[in-house]
Amino acid sequence: MRVALFVTCLVDFFRPTVGLAAVHLLEKAGCTVEVPRAQTCCGQPAYNSGDRAGAKGIAVQMIDAFEGYDYVVAPSGSCAGMLGRHYPELFTDNPAVLPRAEELAARSWELVSFLVDVCGMQTVAARWQREVTYHDACSGLRELGVKDQPRRLLASVDGLRLREMSGAEVCCGFGGTFCVKYPDISDKMVSDKEADIAATGAEAVLAGDLGCLLNIAGKLHRHNRRIEVRHVAEVLAGMTEEAPPIGAPQ
Amino acid sequence: MLPTSRTFEANARAGLANPILQRALALMQSGFPERRRLAVGRLPEFEALREIGKSIKNHTLEHLDFYLELFEGKVLASGGQVHWARTPDEARAAVLQICRSVDAKIVTKGKPMIAEEVGLNECLEENGITPVETDLGEYIIQLRHEPPSHLIAPAIHLMKEQVAATFRADHRALDPERSLAEARQLCDEARAVLRPRFLAADVGITGANFLVAETGSSIIVTNEGNGDLTQTLPRVHIVITSLEKLVPTLEDAATLLRLLARSATGQEFSSYTTVSTGPRRPGDRDGPEQYHVVLLDNGRSTLLGGEFQEMLRCIRCSACMNHCPVYAAVGGHAYGWVYSGPMGAVLTPSLIGIADARHLPNASTFCGQCENVCPVKIPLPKMMRHWREREFSQKLNPPMYRAGLSLWVWVAKRPALYHALVGLASRALGRLGRGRGRFRTLPLASGWTVVRDLPAPEGRSFHSLWVQRRKGETRK
Ligand code: SF4
Repeated sequence: MRVALFVTCLVDFFRPTVGLAAVHLLEKAGCTVEVPRAQTCCGQPAYNSGDRAGAKGIAVQMIDAFEGYDYVVAPSGSCAGMLGRHYPELFTDNPAVLPRAEELAARSWELVSFLVDVCGMQTVAARWQREVTYHDACSGLRELGVKDQPRRLLASVDGLRLREMSGAEVCCGFGGTFCVKYPDISDKMVSDKEADIAATGAEAVLAGDLGCLLNIAGKLHRHNRRIEVRHVAEVLAGMTEEAPPIGAPQ
Repeated sequence: MLPTSRTFEANARAGLANPILQRALALMQSGFPERRRLAVGRLPEFEALREIGKSIKNHTLEHLDFYLELFEGKVLASGGQVHWARTPDEARAAVLQICRSVDAKIVTKGKPMIAEEVGLNECLEENGITPVETDLGEYIIQLRHEPPSHLIAPAIHLMKEQVAATFRADHRALDPERSLAEARQLCDEARAVLRPRFLAADVGITGANFLVAETGSSIIVTNEGNGDLTQTLPRVHIVITSLEKLVPTLEDAATLLRLLARSATGQEFSSYTTVSTGPRRPGDRDGPEQYHVVLLDNGRSTLLGGEFQEMLRCIRCSACMNHCPVYAAVGGHAYGWVYSGPMGAVLTPSLIGIADARHLPNASTFCGQCENVCPVKIPLPKMMRHWREREFSQKLNPPMYRAGLSLWVWVAKRPALYHALVGLASRALGRLGRGRGRFRTLPLASGWTVVRDLPAPEGRSFHSLWVQRRKGETRK
């Protein structure tokens, strides 16, 4: 299987380790991974700000960049949802691009659900001695049905124990530009999330979307909480030694 | 009611800083959603019903002209009247004219939301007519001169203590020694005050949850029975409602009723479901002498055929706001007008204009929970995005935001430049933040750092690492 990795702009900029972990996991699953250079961002900031023309321009470039691969996989439910659910919607009035957008949408996957649902991965060969809790990022959960797949793979991580938090499916208050446009509201939401995480007594919190993780890590650090924040792919790939937790000193 | 949606940000801050509201919202958040979840779990066909509910509403909207005419004909045939109101002005005028024709002094009201939309109470009071709200929550906020903060629980922003204080301030006959500590005691007190007013009212005004075209009936649901007393005791019953409440048949209404209470309060059915068809007929033992339906458009018909048509499916169940984390943070008053939560964020801009209401569809993370629970599957996030598109094309967003966005789009469409810039910025910021791993403050990022730290980048962009790795592999 020829798989193109869509790195996503946040992983590219903030946390390349997540991208490397994704490559590692995909290769373990038997995929040949390539990283097309013509990719940048999925265009959500423009799309969700009402700049449809800007979003379309970026989307067309992405459709070109990912042509010809069997699958396109992103370590983010939000960005995979943009390709998989929203690109076709952008071109409903453009019959020249619509079939290509739909075709890309059908090949696009969020990383962990791809590993489990397409590659049939049942276990991973990783070790991490931690009690962790898992936040279900909104787009992955509600647009793509990512819920059991990460839990199933985490269950196979040696030494790891999952403690579910209450409100795991409630939004953390990131929401792209929302969190800087309405910081007070976002603060309330991420503070509630912080309380739910802390109440589990877990040593670490994981999720599949870097946007949420930056938000959650930022809040936990503001309150000097000693709870590790990591992308689920780092743990599944056994790469927790490769980089300090999100927001922790190097 | 003058909208304050323009100052949404300040309204929201006030809500966040209000400890009583926060307590009330926390209670709501644990109440309604859990009860809905249980009710849905008890009905295996709930998901299938949502699909049917959606198609009933879609069908009606596609043939709205036909069903409206059918409805009017049936109302006339049953001895009632229909008053078409294009605007809030016309709706108020119609109600006022009916009230005057019977020389009404007291008007009881059974929580019609459309009356809020057209500012009916103010109009009646200016004309010497006393409106009395009979829904407990609505009655409380009428005493407090507040707008409703929720579709079905208008006083949800208050706790028992505020309600007791409100009654003590207003009910002069109330013995100061009497306890009002329990919800039951508050209900009894309101009931004692409202009973004589039900009997004294000349006109009763209700809304409608559904209008039935095949019979010309209006249907209301309540849990307090106040709607029945409002519409059957006075001589005149006015239904003030809007076009999109229409459904073709009683059977259709019954299907939607199965969705409504479960989605709203988690009940199988509301305590009272009342169908009214025309005035009292010869031989009837009770009922009003006159039955009027004031049908408001207020721009709704302009939504037909456009990208917001699906919003007209809304059955006002409140599930979207009950499950909305933004609503749960700021409360309904922050939205600044009659409708709040996700449904308000879509509906309000179409009723008061996107220029005044632009914050509402922006104040959403698009978490999707509203669409997920909506009984008629309205794609609320998508419609909020459509409003953002209108806002953007009308250049209503702040200029700095627009400039930043278009610069970013410009760069994102040039991959080589993009990768170079990201590589540089990642290195620079990574080096700067390496020691602490995060930033407390950062120029241009205050919207982020005002409430949380910004984790520092690792220091190399993925693409630069990947290029390096590839080079290494070819050298090997
Ligand atoms: S939009 Fe849907 S969930 Fe919200 S009030 Fe209307 S019908 Fe209920």
